[in-house]
Amino acid sequence: MVDSVFLALSVLTIGSAIAALEIRSLIYGSIALMLTLSGVAGFFLLLDAPFVAMFQLSVYVGSIAVLILFTVMLVRRELIFNKVEDKRRRYAGIGLMIVLMLGIGTIIIGSGLKTMDTNSPAVDYKKIGEDFLTYYSPALIVMALILASSIIGAMTLARREDVIDGQRAD
Amino acid sequence: MANALIDFILVSVALLAIGIYGMAVKRNAIRMLFGIEMIVNSANLNLVAFSRYIPNSQGQTFALFSIAIAAAEVAVGLALVIVAYRMYRNIDIADFRSLKG
Repeated sequence: MVDSVFLALSVLTIGSAIAALEIRSLIYGSIALMLTLSGVAGFFLLLDAPFVAMFQLSVYVGSIAVLILFTVMLVRRELIFNKVEDKRRRYAGIGLMIVLMLGIGTIIIGSGLKTMDTNSPAVDYKKIGEDFLTYYSPALIVMALILASSIIGAMTLARREDVIDGQRAD
Repeated sequence: MANALIDFILVSVALLAIGIYGMAVKRNAIRMLFGIEMIVNSANLNLVAFSRYIPNSQGQTFALFSIAIAAAEVAVGLALVIVAYRMYRNIDIADFRSLKG
């Protein structure tokens, strides 16, 4: 059986995920996305993974959500509230969502995962640090290079070439 | 434990379905990024849940890698949105049909 914390967290996560997509203003939408990501961090805490939860909070809620907020503030005001979408496409999307939920849900409930439970102690987070510095250290270095190159790429993409000495050319 | 593995997986399925709905229906580029974020988060939730119930630390390690890669992906995605906005003065993906420079 699920406990009340789990129920509250799932309502928060799913509800704010729907709100992030459906709220009219993009700014409130990105705040709702922040709530979704914090809800997922709460699930990580329930799963005895405090290290991943803190990483999620600092990377997703701390940096990605703020980055999205800044990008939203860079676009024109009427685009933030703009909601052009096809009615038929929308109903088809809702149908696809329900079919996916019910389909994958019944498959999972029917599978053998239902009886899977554990009484063993949680994984120690010191083990994760050890893994990172021993077995996964080449992967860690590659990940650092990917992060650095993606940030350089993002900066190169977003750079304006028409700005010379603070004056716009257009 | 109070919660079984299947509860976490069902929440993850719901998040995945909502993310796919956002990707399929929304025409706003930033809202499509929201959908991508939800899909990535449901995958991470699955990884951590299985790593708790097997139990094995590899799932958490992979979740950490996945979060870091998702951060890089969002940075590049938002830069692309900014470039497209500068080019078309719009963030509607129906306007991004021509990919000329």
